[in-house]
Amino acid sequence: MNYLGRRLVRAILLLIGVSALCFLFTEMAPGSFFDEMRLNPQISPETIAALRSHYGLDQPLLVRYGRWMKSALHADLGYSIAYNTPVAPLLWSRAKNTLLLTTTALLLTWMISVPLGVWAANQRGGLLDKAVNLASSFLVSVPELVLAGALLAIAVRWRILRVGGMMSADYEGLSAWAKLQDVLLHLALPAFILVLSETAVIVRHVRASVLEVLGAPYVQAARGFGISRARLLFRHVLPVAANPAISLLGFSLAGLLSGSLLVEVVCGWPGLGPLILEATLSRDLYLVIGGIMFSALFMVGGNLVADIMLLAFDPRIRRESADAH
Amino acid sequence: MVGLLAGLHLVLLFAGFFAPYDPTTQNRELPYAPPTRVHFKDRLGFHLRPFVYVWTSGPGGDRPDSYQGSYQEDRSNEYPVHFFVSGPSYRVLGIYETGMHLFGVAEPAKVLLFGTDGYGRDEWSRLLFGGQISVAAGITATFVALLAGSVLGIIAGYYGRWIDESLMGVTELFLSLPWLYFLLGVRAFLPLHLSTIRTFFLLTGVIGLIGWARPARLVRGVVLSSRNRNYVLAARGFGGSDFYLLRRHILPEAFGLLLTQAALLVPRYIAAEVTLSFFGLGVNEPVPSWGNMLSALQQYSVLISYGWLLAPACALVVTSVIYSSLADVFHSRLKSYST
Repeated sequence: MNYLGRRLVRAILLLIGVSALCFLFTEMAPGSFFDEMRLNPQISPETIAALRSHYGLDQPLLVRYGRWMKSALHADLGYSIAYNTPVAPLLWSRAKNTLLLTTTALLLTWMISVPLGVWAANQRGGLLDKAVNLASSFLVSVPELVLAGALLAIAVRWRILRVGGMMSADYEGLSAWAKLQDVLLHLALPAFILVLSETAVIVRHVRASVLEVLGAPYVQAARGFGISRARLLFRHVLPVAANPAISLLGFSLAGLLSGSLLVEVVCGWPGLGPLILEATLSRDLYLVIGGIMFSALFMVGGNLVADIMLLAFDPRIRRESADAH
Repeated sequence: MVGLLAGLHLVLLFAGFFAPYDPTTQNRELPYAPPTRVHFKDRLGFHLRPFVYVWTSGPGGDRPDSYQGSYQEDRSNEYPVHFFVSGPSYRVLGIYETGMHLFGVAEPAKVLLFGTDGYGRDEWSRLLFGGQISVAAGITATFVALLAGSVLGIIAGYYGRWIDESLMGVTELFLSLPWLYFLLGVRAFLPLHLSTIRTFFLLTGVIGLIGWARPARLVRGVVLSSRNRNYVLAARGFGGSDFYLLRRHILPEAFGLLLTQAALLVPRYIAAEVTLSFFGLGVNEPVPSWGNMLSALQQYSVLISYGWLLAPACALVVTSVIYSSLADVFHSRLKSYST
């Protein structure tokens, strides 16, 4: 099987694993959504039992999982008990916003950290290198919650950006151009928080992998031939250093999504984060599972994109993939 | 660095001694009081013993719902700060009951180093007691993660074959999930309101169990590489049991690695506890934790008006920075051993 095929199988196995894990946890959980109802004397035990069987919660674990699997394949992730609607459309309407936030943050992060990392590695020990090092090691150790809170406080205090939600109250009355502007102004703060905390991690990795390649004999040879510094860096070093960096892209997604959940809640961005938090607080079983599945889906999708990029950038993997035939 | 680390933990360990008040005592007449100013000089000149004035709430600030700028010092009486005073009783390490505090002032004055929160509770005392819970949660969760991780890592690395493959498959699953989604998910299936002790162990258990995967992979790597070293093979040839080989020859190699991991994980797990409590899924009021103290700041008006309520965030940053520089030290030491 070729490289991409193997990756695809892995992705599917991962999704199955996540869903199985979720159902295992529900089985181990001591409480349920109906516990609060049970305390209410006006609701009879029969009603609760009927509700439980209506939602299929009285079935054994394997039956429930099998049913859920079957409907999940038809893009039906079950029924939200608290919102009283199917889970999938509810999640999808929020997931779009999360996707907007995370892809913006991801693109900006890479646009900033690749040049910065290459530059810092190029003048190793120089002023810029030291500054990048210091700033990133400080930012890495600042918890995301604190970073988000601090930047939010600054934005609110000096009224720099629009905070809270995704649109202003008068959004409907605006022209198309003003609408776009409004959303972008709301997007700026959460995206900036994410970019800041992600860049701190990634710039170090880019720097490290560029430094490693810079020490290789072929680079010294190329330098000996008198190739200009810029050409050396971007033509000869960066493509080789890209492999670990792109692999990192896949790994960093998990962190980005977690960070995004937090930032969404703190900034009031209407993404998956606040929805999952509410669902957790109200113990809305299928909504929580659906949310985790969505985040896992993003992860897997992002990893596949990273794999395709790796295939495009790194001839070594193409050859390995061809050899496998 | 070690001094800072030890100092931090000593202060948190003996929180009751360094905190002048009980963390749950409310002063309804002093909501959002700013930090008490400690004075040395009055009309008569300089005093060696610092003293404080009473906060009186004067006319309200610019907005009726805001306490910003509404407190004034009542300069008619001075209250000197005393050291080693007796005050509200607390338990040292949960055993020995005492009322001894490092400092305090006579009533009705209060020494509020970091001001008060919305219920008029002393922020400094809450910071110390909350830190006790948050830091202990981080350390316990790290312990759980490292214990589970190294046991499973050893099993995978030492016994190899299908056990290794299936365990590593599971670690991949855990590593590739966005941990916060996962954490919330697992938390969703557990009861919401519990006693503090049970919440504490539940939280640390959940955080630790989600984090076992990375230590497991690292330990597995070490075990895998040292399993076939000559001295291990020799010891096996002399009839050493599996347990003996692991304990005497293989595990010591993983020790430095585990130490580095611990220093990396503790601040991360403190932050995890703080995040959960911030969301209202962790330690519940009135018991303080850095997370639920910060959750008051979810209101923008509180966030920008009462700066002293950011103290837990600053404490969290300081703790994280100390731990991560400790991790750097461990890491560079580990590198210098291996080369």
